[in-house]
Amino acid sequence: MSSASDAELLADVTRFLYREARYQDEHDYDAWEALWTDDALYWIPANGDDLDPETQMSIVYDNRSRIALRIRQLHTGKRHTQSPRSRLRRIVSNIDVLGRTGPDQNDLNVTANALVYESNLRGETLWASRNDYTLRFVPGSGSGPDGGTELRMAKKKVILANNQAALFTLSFLI
Amino acid sequence: MAAALNVLAPTWSRLVQRDRVDGSVYTDPAIFRAELEKIWYRGWVYVGHSSEVPKPNDFVMKAIGPQSVLMTRDKDGQIHLLLNRCPHRGNQVCLEDRGNTTSFVCSYHGWNFRNNGELRGTPFPAGYQGVDKSQLGLGKVARVETYKGFVFGSFAAPGSGPTLLEHLGAAAEAIDRLVQFSPEGEVEVTAGFLKHRTKANWKFIVDNETDGYHPTFVHASIFSTAKSGIGALYNNDSTAVSRYLGNGHSENDLRPEFRRLDKPLGWFGTSEDRLPEYVAKMKVAYGEEKARQILVDGTPHTMIFPNLFIAEIQLFVLQPLAADETVQHVTAIQFKGAPDLNRRMRQQTMGSVGPAGLLLADDTEMYERNQRGVQQRDPETLFLGRGLHRERTDENGFTIGDNTDEVPSRGMWSHYRALMEAT
Repeated sequence: MSSASDAELLADVTRFLYREARYQDEHDYDAWEALWTDDALYWIPANGDDLDPETQMSIVYDNRSRIALRIRQLHTGKRHTQSPRSRLRRIVSNIDVLGRTGPDQNDLNVTANALVYESNLRGETLWASRNDYTLRFVPGSGSGPDGGTELRMAKKKVILANNQAALFTLSFLI
Repeated sequence: MAAALNVLAPTWSRLVQRDRVDGSVYTDPAIFRAELEKIWYRGWVYVGHSSEVPKPNDFVMKAIGPQSVLMTRDKDGQIHLLLNRCPHRGNQVCLEDRGNTTSFVCSYHGWNFRNNGELRGTPFPAGYQGVDKSQLGLGKVARVETYKGFVFGSFAAPGSGPTLLEHLGAAAEAIDRLVQFSPEGEVEVTAGFLKHRTKANWKFIVDNETDGYHPTFVHASIFSTAKSGIGALYNNDSTAVSRYLGNGHSENDLRPEFRRLDKPLGWFGTSEDRLPEYVAKMKVAYGEEKARQILVDGTPHTMIFPNLFIAEIQLFVLQPLAADETVQHVTAIQFKGAPDLNRRMRQQTMGSVGPAGLLLADDTEMYERNQRGVQQRDPETLFLGRGLHRERTDENGFTIGDNTDEVPSRGMWSHYRALMEAT
C-alpha cells in the first residue's frame, strides 16, 4: 500500500469514527444503528480486556438484534436512566488502522482511544476506553460508476480502562 | 461509636413504624455505622459460593460491606473467610481477585500466612523472640457455614446468635427450589460478576427486590419493546403473591401465575422443544411428573436478608459502602449439568443487568432518585401501607399479600427494627 493510499484510508476511517462519535453524543440513535452491519457485535467486556464472552459476564455483548432492542428501548422515552438524556462530549483520538482481514481483505482492524465526559442527574462521570473496531467497506449509495464504497461497523469492542472496578450506570451509547 | 448507638437506641420506635419509615434511615451516616455493627458485622451475611473455590488452595476476593474478605479453600478442602489485613502494620496482604495459593505473603515486610489464616513465618525471625505467632494470624470471620454451596459468614462469636439454618428459616426453601433446576442438584457460580455501583442506600435496593409494584412503571420500556410476558406477573390482577418469610427474607411467589399458564419453561420465556437435552436430563433426574412441575413453577424470586437476592436467573449480592453508596454484584446462575440452559441464562443476564442492563439500569436510576429525593425535608417519612388492609395468612402461617403489595417491605423493616434495637 502506498503512503498516499494509507493516508486516504486513515482519513476515511477518521471521518467514520468522528461521525459515529457525533451520532452518539447527539443521541441520534437511528443514524448510529444504521452504521452497523447485519453480523454486528457490540461488546464491552468486564473484569479484564479479553475474558471469554461466551462463558463470562460482559457489560454489553449485543448481537444485531439486541442492538436493535437497545435502540427501541431508548426510543420509548421511558428508558428512565436516559430520560433526561446524559449530556455527552467525547474526544476520539490515537486512531490507527492495524491491518486488513476478511474475505477480499475488505475488513479493517481499527483502534482508537476515547474519553467521554458525561453529565447527568447523578453528577459527572469520565469514561476512558480503547475501542477496537472491525470496519467493513460495503457498496455505497454515492454517484459514480459503481456508487463507491462506504464504511460500516461489523464489530466494536469498548475496553474501558476501569472495567475491573464497580461502575456507575452506563446507559448511553459508548 | 458506642455513644452514637446509645443516642439512637430509644428512637427506633419513631424511625420505623408499621406502615412508614423515617427518611433518615437511608441517609444518616450514624445510622449506617450502627447498621454495620448490628447487622453486617453481627448477623449472617452471604459471602460467596463454594463453586468459586472448587479446588484445594483456591481463593477469591469477596466482601462483607466495606470489609474485604478472602474466601479460601485450604488443602483439606475447608472454606475460610479471612480479612485482608496484615496483623503487623495493616497492609493488604492480597491484591488479586482470585487465584490458587497455599500462602499469602505480605508485600510490606514479607510476613507469610497459610490459606487458613495462620501466620507461617516472619523474615528475620530473631527480632520476634518470645512473640506468640499463634496470636498474629489474619483476622477471620468467626463463623462460616454453607447451605447447598452458598457460603455465609458471621462476625458473631462462635456459639452466639442463631445458626445459619435458623437465620435462613423458610428462605432455605428458595435455595432448595433453585438447586433442583440442575439435573445434578447443584448451582455453580462460574460466570464472573458485573459490579454496578450506585449512589444510594442499600435498603432502597432490598426494598425494591421484592417490590412487585414498580415493574409496571420502571420497566415499561423493555416489557413493551421486548414483548415480554414478565409485566403481566406484576399487574393488578396477577395471581402471584408477595410473601414475608421471616428474619427479613421475602419473595414474590410467581408460581400461581406459572401454574395457571402451565407451560414448562414458560417462566424463562422459552419452551421444552428449545432445550431438549436439558429437559431430557431433568426427566431422568427427577422423573417425568416432578421434572414437569419444576419446569412449570420456575426459579425463585427471593430476597435473603440482608444481601442475597435470588432473581430467578441471576444472583445479586449487595455490598453497602456508605449511607449513600452501594455496589450490586451480579452474575448469571449456572446449573451443573445444564450447558444449553446456562448459555441462555448468561445471554439474558448480560442483556438485563449490570451497568448497561436493559432492566437494572432503570432500577438503579430509581435508587439514585430515591436517595436524592428522600433528603428533602417534607414529608419526613416513606409510606409503606400498600395492601395493609388485605394482608392475609397463608396455609403455612406466612403473611402474604397481592403481588403489588408492600408485605415484603413491612416484614423487612420489622426485622430491621428488632436488630437495631437489640443491645
